[in-house]
Amino acid sequence: MKRFVQEFTKGIIKENPTFVLVLGLCPTLAVSVSVINGIGMGIAASFVLLGSNIIIALIKNFIPERIRIPCYIVVIATFVTITELMMKAYSPALDRALGIYVPLIVVNCIVLGRAEAYASKHSVRYSLSDALGMGVGFTLALILISAIREFLGSGKLLGQVIFKGFEPASVFAMPSGALLVIGLLLGFFNLIKMRKK
Amino acid sequence: MNIGQFLSIFISAVFIYNVILSRFLGLCSFIAISKETKPALAMSLAVMFVTTMSSVITWFIYRFLLVPFNLTYLRTISFILVIAAFVQFVEMVIRKISPPMYRFFGIYLPLITVNCAVLGVAVLNVDMFFVNGKAVAGSFWYSAFQGICVGLGYTLAMLLMSGIRERLELCEVPEAVKDFPWALLSRQ
Repeated sequence: MKRFVQEFTKGIIKENPTFVLVLGLCPTLAVSVSVINGIGMGIAASFVLLGSNIIIALIKNFIPERIRIPCYIVVIATFVTITELMMKAYSPALDRALGIYVPLIVVNCIVLGRAEAYASKHSVRYSLSDALGMGVGFTLALILISAIREFLGSGKLLGQVIFKGFEPASVFAMPSGALLVIGLLLGFFNLIKMRKK
Repeated sequence: MNIGQFLSIFISAVFIYNVILSRFLGLCSFIAISKETKPALAMSLAVMFVTTMSSVITWFIYRFLLVPFNLTYLRTISFILVIAAFVQFVEMVIRKISPPMYRFFGIYLPLITVNCAVLGVAVLNVDMFFVNGKAVAGSFWYSAFQGICVGLGYTLAMLLMSGIRERLELCEVPEAVKDFPWALLSRQ
């Protein structure tokens, strides 16, 4: 049980997929315009991660070594398709906002990376907690980035106006704002890591 | 099919919705290889070839396999498999017929399989040129052309970035933002 908790918490801070492992940047940069989009993307990716990690941990002994990557991709793509269809059915607005980034979860390096680096070597139980931890870490990182961008870029949080008369810097809602925010945050977390040493 | 449509595809894919600078697709390879101009150019050419070919192949699959049999929900899974297989095949062919070219391109090809720009352009083509599951007139040429233009946009961004980064090598940068964060920051 102790290890189960450990595998879960490492994904949130020590091995945060966005800020420490620097994986899956494309969707992070693209959808972090508003907090709602960030949460939606985070949950979608976490679901895919959870499903694929469990299935791959279950079938890892039956997959021949040489064609493992295509096998992983098929499993991941199946879960992405499920997510896509569910999202279309239950929240079409979110589906429109995320656009092509939902099918592109297939090539998100976090998902394939965890399958290859973790689920193919560990038991189902730990793969499950690893996926949960990574999913939560990814979602939290997305929420942090999108909150900064939404607040500075439009003066709102979750669509609510926070300060009246706040002049938004619309550059933060643009692509270059995403790069700026993530670059500075990465630098900031590196700085903390270096201070600790 | 008309010239205006081609022009608008060109402008939007290369400049307005540039794959890297605006859509944020294919960032991993972009950051990894944009340190010097020459490998950056080689990678761009390889990407352009693969985006074009995968646009063409996925158009055929979507038009003649998925649409007639009502299987469009298999889009993601079939596209990624076909693209992965195609890239693998190209790698094998290049290794067989031209070892020097393999040394030049070969190491980049596996990177392209998981490059989201390639799957992105295939999905985008389907979104743009199939209305309610029916192909728009001339959609094949539009798709192929969009594949080329996305590759051109990638090349443009790659050349700009590698030029900037070659110069930045000589600058003093705070230790904490070295390498990766700096690469992101300098793209403004």
